[in-house]
Amino acid sequence: MNQNRLEAIREREAARDAALTRLAESVPYIGFLGAQFERMGDELTARLPFDQRLIGNPLLPAIHGGVTGSFLEITAITQLAWDQAWALIEANEAGAEAIARGEFPAMPKTIDISVDYLRSGRARDLFARAIVAKRGRRVANVRVEAWQDERDRPIATAHAHFLLAETTATGAP
Amino acid sequence: MSQDGDSDGAAGANPPPTEARSRAGALLEGLPFAREIGIELIAAKDGEAELRIPYDARLVGDPASGVLHGGVVTSLLDTCGGAAVMTSPTRPLSVATLDLRIDYMRPATPRAPLFARARCFRETSLITFVTAVAYHDDPDSPVATAIGAFLVEGRKRAPREPAPEKDASS
Repeated sequence: MNQNRLEAIREREAARDAALTRLAESVPYIGFLGAQFERMGDELTARLPFDQRLIGNPLLPAIHGGVTGSFLEITAITQLAWDQAWALIEANEAGAEAIARGEFPAMPKTIDISVDYLRSGRARDLFARAIVAKRGRRVANVRVEAWQDERDRPIATAHAHFLLAETTATGAP
Repeated sequence: MSQDGDSDGAAGANPPPTEARSRAGALLEGLPFAREIGIELIAAKDGEAELRIPYDARLVGDPASGVLHGGVVTSLLDTCGGAAVMTSPTRPLSVATLDLRIDYMRPATPRAPLFARARCFRETSLITFVTAVAYHDDPDSPVATAIGAFLVEGRKRAPREPAPEKDASS
């Protein structure tokens, strides 16, 4: 495989990572909490680096329940928004260019969310991943899990429904 | 719910904080994140708390609308529920959220403060069940409704049982 082809592949990955970063940076609250996203293909893992500002109970110290709930909701919404962006990138050149310009479809809106708090969130980084159980035309059903040191011992889970922005048949906004 | 609940209704010029208000206030003081996002205690009485969060552009979820992120509403309702739990005359030592469900009724308004009210509707020895609303101007037309269960430790007094139904034969 020639050098140009390899570079094109690397650029493709970099462009997708850049689009994801741009999507996350467009939401002030994501930056306020300090949440970051890593991408493997179209699967995202969110990371919330620990910070003193995020504490609920300082005696433990434990992460505030609202921070955990926020992080779960952010993970779900970002996964859904990314899935829509990904569809546009893959659909055609015009879609990919629109995303490169930062023209994302409107953010999904929460209809309802139910959070189960399993263990206190300790003073370390928090990770989360969302599973989209069903993406309908207008409504998505998503489950999210958040964990710290052990993937098998999540500190919290959530189950939520979101209203998706209307898009045309090709996925364009 | 503008007056603290201890008095018979005759409000003094500057009534001292009631125990409910002190306990709710103490909870809030001990939550760095609640202070970080600007949550303020408005009122508290036995089993009820009211909080307010001012609009802050750093907390926006959707840049197109300028509306606060749903996570902020979650944080406000979770904190309000916890505060309501701590106002209980059963005097719990600590509270931890078990679950919280939030349903969105209408979009929040950008650049406007958001209020929350929470009320304990059932206490057992270990659990307090709470309902809450988040609203701008009218709690009967809320932005979101919520229901939650909180794990409580160290109640100093047992919760009161709900009054038994009157027997038709008595």
